[in-house]
Amino acid sequence: MAKHDVTLTAAAPPAKAPSRQTLFVLALLALGVAAPFGIYPVFLMKGLCFALFAAAFNLLLGYVGLLSFGHAMFFGWSAYVTAHAAKEWGLTPELAILAGVALSAVMGTVVGWLAIRRQGIYFAMITLALAQLMFFLAVQAPFTHGEDGIQGVPRGHLFGVLNLSDMMTMYYFVLAVFVVALLLLYRVVNSPFGQVLKAIRDNEPRAISLGYQVERYKLLAFVLSASLAGLAGSVKSLVFQLASLADVHWHASGEVVLMTLLGGVGTVFGPTVGAFLVVTIQNYFSEVGSWVTIIQGVIFVICVLAFRSGIVGVLAPWLKKRGIQA
Amino acid sequence: MFTVFGIPAAALFGQLLLGLINGAFYAMLSLGLALIFGLLNIINFSHGALYMMGAFVAWLLLTYVGAGYWVALVVAPVIVAALGIVIERTMLSRLYKLDHLYGLLLTFGLALIIEGLFRQLYGVSGMPYSVPKELAGGWNLGFMFLPIYRGWVVIASLVLCLGTWAVIEKTKLGAYLRAATENPTLVQAFGINVPVMITATYGFGVALAAIAGVLAAPVYSVNPMMGSNLIIVVFAVVVIGGMGSIMGSVVTGFLLGLLEGLTKVFYPEAAATVIFMVMVVVLLLKPAGLFGKGA
Repeated sequence: MAKHDVTLTAAAPPAKAPSRQTLFVLALLALGVAAPFGIYPVFLMKGLCFALFAAAFNLLLGYVGLLSFGHAMFFGWSAYVTAHAAKEWGLTPELAILAGVALSAVMGTVVGWLAIRRQGIYFAMITLALAQLMFFLAVQAPFTHGEDGIQGVPRGHLFGVLNLSDMMTMYYFVLAVFVVALLLLYRVVNSPFGQVLKAIRDNEPRAISLGYQVERYKLLAFVLSASLAGLAGSVKSLVFQLASLADVHWHASGEVVLMTLLGGVGTVFGPTVGAFLVVTIQNYFSEVGSWVTIIQGVIFVICVLAFRSGIVGVLAPWLKKRGIQA
Repeated sequence: MFTVFGIPAAALFGQLLLGLINGAFYAMLSLGLALIFGLLNIINFSHGALYMMGAFVAWLLLTYVGAGYWVALVVAPVIVAALGIVIERTMLSRLYKLDHLYGLLLTFGLALIIEGLFRQLYGVSGMPYSVPKELAGGWNLGFMFLPIYRGWVVIASLVLCLGTWAVIEKTKLGAYLRAATENPTLVQAFGINVPVMITATYGFGVALAAIAGVLAAPVYSVNPMMGSNLIIVVFAVVVIGGMGSIMGSVVTGFLLGLLEGLTKVFYPEAAATVIFMVMVVVLLLKPAGLFGKGA
C-alpha cells in the first residue's frame, strides 16, 4: 500500500490546484442538482445516461488508445437484462441494474479477451463485428421481443424505499449514479493503473519492454469500460421503461464515438458535453426523417478534419491556466 | 429429384448459388478494402455506402435517363469513382500523417452522410431493378435450376477479382503498387508519382464496390441500407482473411459466402451470425488471419 501512496502523491497536481478544481466540480454538481427545475427531466436523464456511456467509452479511446466500435452491445444488452429482470422477475431496481452490469462485465471479459489479440484498426473491426453478432442474437432471442422490445418496464422502488416512478426521485438517482461513476473513472485515470494505461496508449512497445503485462491492463480497462457502458444502458432502460433493438444497433456504437470525439477524446468532461449536444440534436431533428444521421455524419467529418481535440479539448488549456483539469 | 442429407438437392444448390453470389460481393468489397488499406492505411468505412450508391446510380440511370443495365455497369462505377477521387483529394489526403483510426472515423461519417441523404430522398423501401433481358431466364441443369443472371454475377466477379490480381501480381504497374505499399517514400524517390497512385487506387477500390452494387441491383432490391449491414460482414471477412494478400481476400470472400449459404440450408437460425462465429474461431486459432502477415 505504502508504495502506491507515494506514486499517487507524485502524480497529483500542485498543491494550489485542488481548491479551484473542487470549486469547479461543485459548481457543475450544483448545476446538475438545479437543472430539472428549468429543463425537462427526461431529457436530462437521457443526456446523463449517454454521458455515462460516452465516459465509459472514453476510458478506452482516450486513455488506452483503443477504438471500440461495438460498445452498443454492452449498452443494449444490459438494458435488455435489466428490463427483463425488473419486469419478468420482479427484481428491485438496484438488483436489476446489478444483473445488467454483471452481464456486461462478463461480455466485456470475453469480447475484450478476443479483441485485444489484434491492434489498431483491426481492434475496431473486431469489436464492430462482435457487436453485430450480439445484435443478431438480440433479434433472435425470444425474451427481447424483437422489433417491439421490452416495453413498460416498471421502475419500482429503489432499495424497496424510494419510489422511482416519481420523476424527481428518478432524476436524482440517475444523477447520483452518473456522479459516482464519473468519480470512479476520474480516480482510475489518475491512479498508477491509469498512468500505465496512458503509457500503453503513447508507446505500447516501450510499456512492454518496461515489464508491464500490457494485455492484462488492456483487458481490465476493457472490462471496466464495458461494465460502465452496461450501467448506462441499465439505467437508461429504467428511465425510458424500454429496452429495444436501437440500443444494440451499430448506430448506437457510432453515436457514442461521435459524442466522445465532439466533446473531446481523453478529457474528463468532454464526453458529457458531447453527449448532451448529440442528444439535443436528436431531439430537435427527430421529426424530420434522416437529417439526424446526415448531421451526425457532417459533425464526424468536421471533427476529424478540423477539430480533433473536441470542444473540451479546445477549452482545456484555458481552464488549465485557471487550475482546472478538464 | 434426389436429396442430400434430407434436403432437396434443388434447394441445396439454390442456396449454395446464392451463397456464392454473396461470396462474390464479399470478395469484391474485401478486395477493394485490402487494396485501399495497403496503400492508404485507411479502412474505408464508406465502402458499403459506395456499393449502395453504385446500385442506386444504376436505378437512377434507368428511371430518369432510360439508360439500361449495360450502360449502368460502366457509368455507375465511373461516377462513384469520381466521387471517391474527390473524397480522397479533399479529405483523406489530409489524414495520412495521423493515426489510422481517424481515417476510419472520417469514412464512417461519410457513410452516414451518403446513406442519410439517399434515405431522405428515396425512403427505406426497396426499388425493384429488373434483370437485363439478355440475361433473363435460366437453364435447367437437371439437379437444379440456374437463373442465368446469377451465373453471370459469379462469373463477372470472378473475372474482375482475378483480373485485379493479375494486374497487381504480373504487371509493371502492379509492381509499382506493391512497392509503394511496402515503402512509399522510396518509390517516390525513384520518380514515381505516389500521390497520384494513391488517388487512383482509392478510385479503383470504390469503383469495384460500385460495380458490385450494380451487379447486386437485380438480385436484391435497391435500398439505401443495403450497404451498411454488408460492410460489417465484410469487415469480419477481412479480419478472417487478413489484408496481406489479394488472392487471400478473394478466396476468403467466396468461401465464407458458400459457408453462409450452407448454413442457411442446414441451420437457418445461425445464417446471419455464422461469419462472425468463424471470425471468433480464427481469432482464437490464428489471430493474424488466415492469409495475414503479423498484426
